Amino acid sequence: MNDEKTLRRSPLSLQVDLSKFSSADFEPASEEEKSQQEVMSESVTFFRDGMRRLRKNPLAMASVVVLVLILLTIIIAPMIVPYGYDEIITVNGRRDKTAANMAPFTWSQMEQQYIDDGGSLFPHIFGTDSTGRDYFIRVIYGARVSLSVGLFASILVLIIGMLYGSIAGYFGGKVDLVMMRIVDIIYSLPDMLMVILLSVVLKEVLGTALQGTVLDKLGSNMVAMFVVFGLLYWVGMARLIRGQILTIKENEYVLAAKCLGAPSSRIIRQHVLPNCLSVIIITTALQIPSAIFTESYLSFLGLGVSAPMPSLGSLANEARQGLQSYPYKLMFPALAICLIVLALNLLGDGLRDAFDPKLKR
Amino acid sequence: MSNEYLVEVKNLKQYFPVRNSKGKLVPLKAVDDVSFAIKPGETLGLVGESGCGKTTVGRSLLRLYKPTAGEIWFDGQLVTDKNMHEHRKEMQMVFQDPYSSLDPRMTVEDIIGEPLDIHKLCKNKAERRERVLELMKTVGLNAEQATRYPHEFSGGQRQRIGIARALAVNPRFIVCDEPVSALDVSIQAQVVNMFEDLQQQLGMAYLFIAHDLLVVHHMSDRIAVMYLGKIMEVADSDSVINHPIHPYTESLLSAVPIPDPKIARTRQRIVLEGDVPSPMNMPQGCPFRTRCRYATEQCAAECPTLTDRGNGHFVACWNR
Repeated sequence: MNDEKTLRRSPLSLQVDLSKFSSADFEPASEEEKSQQEVMSESVTFFRDGMRRLRKNPLAMASVVVLVLILLTIIIAPMIVPYGYDEIITVNGRRDKTAANMAPFTWSQMEQQYIDDGGSLFPHIFGTDSTGRDYFIRVIYGARVSLSVGLFASILVLIIGMLYGSIAGYFGGKVDLVMMRIVDIIYSLPDMLMVILLSVVLKEVLGTALQGTVLDKLGSNMVAMFVVFGLLYWVGMARLIRGQILTIKENEYVLAAKCLGAPSSRIIRQHVLPNCLSVIIITTALQIPSAIFTESYLSFLGLGVSAPMPSLGSLANEARQGLQSYPYKLMFPALAICLIVLALNLLGDGLRDAFDPKLKR
Repeated sequence: MSNEYLVEVKNLKQYFPVRNSKGKLVPLKAVDDVSFAIKPGETLGLVGESGCGKTTVGRSLLRLYKPTAGEIWFDGQLVTDKNMHEHRKEMQMVFQDPYSSLDPRMTVEDIIGEPLDIHKLCKNKAERRERVLELMKTVGLNAEQATRYPHEFSGGQRQRIGIARALAVNPRFIVCDEPVSALDVSIQAQVVNMFEDLQQQLGMAYLFIAHDLLVVHHMSDRIAVMYLGKIMEVADSDSVINHPIHPYTESLLSAVPIPDPKIARTRQRIVLEGDVPSPMNMPQGCPFRTRCRYATEQCAAECPTLTDRGNGHFVACWNR
């Protein structure tokens, strides 16, 4: 009896009083009603899910638009603009000495004469440089060089970093220990010093070896830069991928695959790599602007591409000399660097937000 | 003898090298001298508290770890040192965590089809698809869910996918490593009943690892109780639950929640004192003696072995 008392219903209770209902009030749901409970949403793959989230990010989409515009410009512009990046402006086959250091959209005396006589010329959109070359086309070529350096350097870093990192991560133990200590040593070297030293040394070594090859046009400095990237900047990528693989290989689905009898090659191919793909994409996307930046400051220091091939950094360096009189000559390449690096960084951030499951809202 | 049992484990030891606080390598005795046997179609329940080596037993049994010592016999064949690839078809595992045991980048069809690919059990894609759908039906999933990804499913459904994957190779023995402990109670009941139905249909033997004694009692023909890497008591599940002999089993049973407050209030709990000793620094003699209320000097001197107390009720204790 005592128990009955303690179980008495509180008058303030909001709980449904079941004693007021009989079993007839509760009837089981029919199959049709049950199936209505199953709400089916559209099945989405991981990639599509990520792209959908990326499309919702206005900053990232704006960056994509800017990048596409820049890409189209640097591909199409050299076909339309009749000047070459190393071509000193001539009028009727004679060199135009007055065509140096012109402001945007102006003509030299000889060109004005030519136009007055009824000829037509393509305008100098960004003016001309101190030797009388069209500045617009030089900035375009500079952007081409910078972007391709960024892209190839990132791919180089990706390949080396991924191989090294996945070997260290998958095999673990002593292999990992030794490989990561090597990474630590490379990480502790001062980048800038190494880059300058390597560029100088490689210039000597590569200078003669490259003669007559395709790479000759890019210049030994450019090749040296790739080597520098390949030697120094992969360590971050390697660390990241090692870390990813260390966590992924501890997952139970890897154990499950082992239990099913899957060989190591299948586990890496089917389970480990697809699961760190998002990190790889994101890091590579963020690596490109940093490579462009490095290329630019190396070129600014005179260690980049060899003249007359321009790069955004070397253009900025040249513009420094006439900064007081022609400030716009620094503006154009600097703006181009800013735009490219900013857009790529924002896109990289957007990719990270869209693909990194840990940041999922 | 060896034909009567499907799986026989003799003196299995699994040590892991671990650095202690002084930086010296010492063995962590996760499983220390464990022997048991399972008949075809039988379920052996394995219970014990966290960290007592239940999961390690299951994994060593499937050679996911290389056992330090001991023998594992499967269907009359010694598989301790053999290439396991052929045996992987007959021994499978269902994992504890339905969230991490399915690859998030694969569709359900690919997850269930993976064992078929590895063992080349299907000649073409159509056959593979047919088999996958059949397996999905067996575990109660819809055919239209085949193209979905694991993150679109609930915990119980994911566990069903894991079970279908294990069933794909038609195994004769499945290690169920706490398959229901990550699920809530109503889903637990569904999954447990499914395990039973599958056993009736397909006649598999289970090693059912869990820490929920009531679930294990419901599922198992026999129960083994583990403590610190050793088996303390093995018997029919009813005798373990109703007439426990070992003091550790007694205290475990007294901690089982009773879904009736009236009975729960009146019963007496046997609360163990102290903590579980570190498996890196195990007590001499019986591992349980530091917390046992019957402990004597004999317990410290010598480790008791499993002895028969009648009706196949084996207990490792000097005093009971």
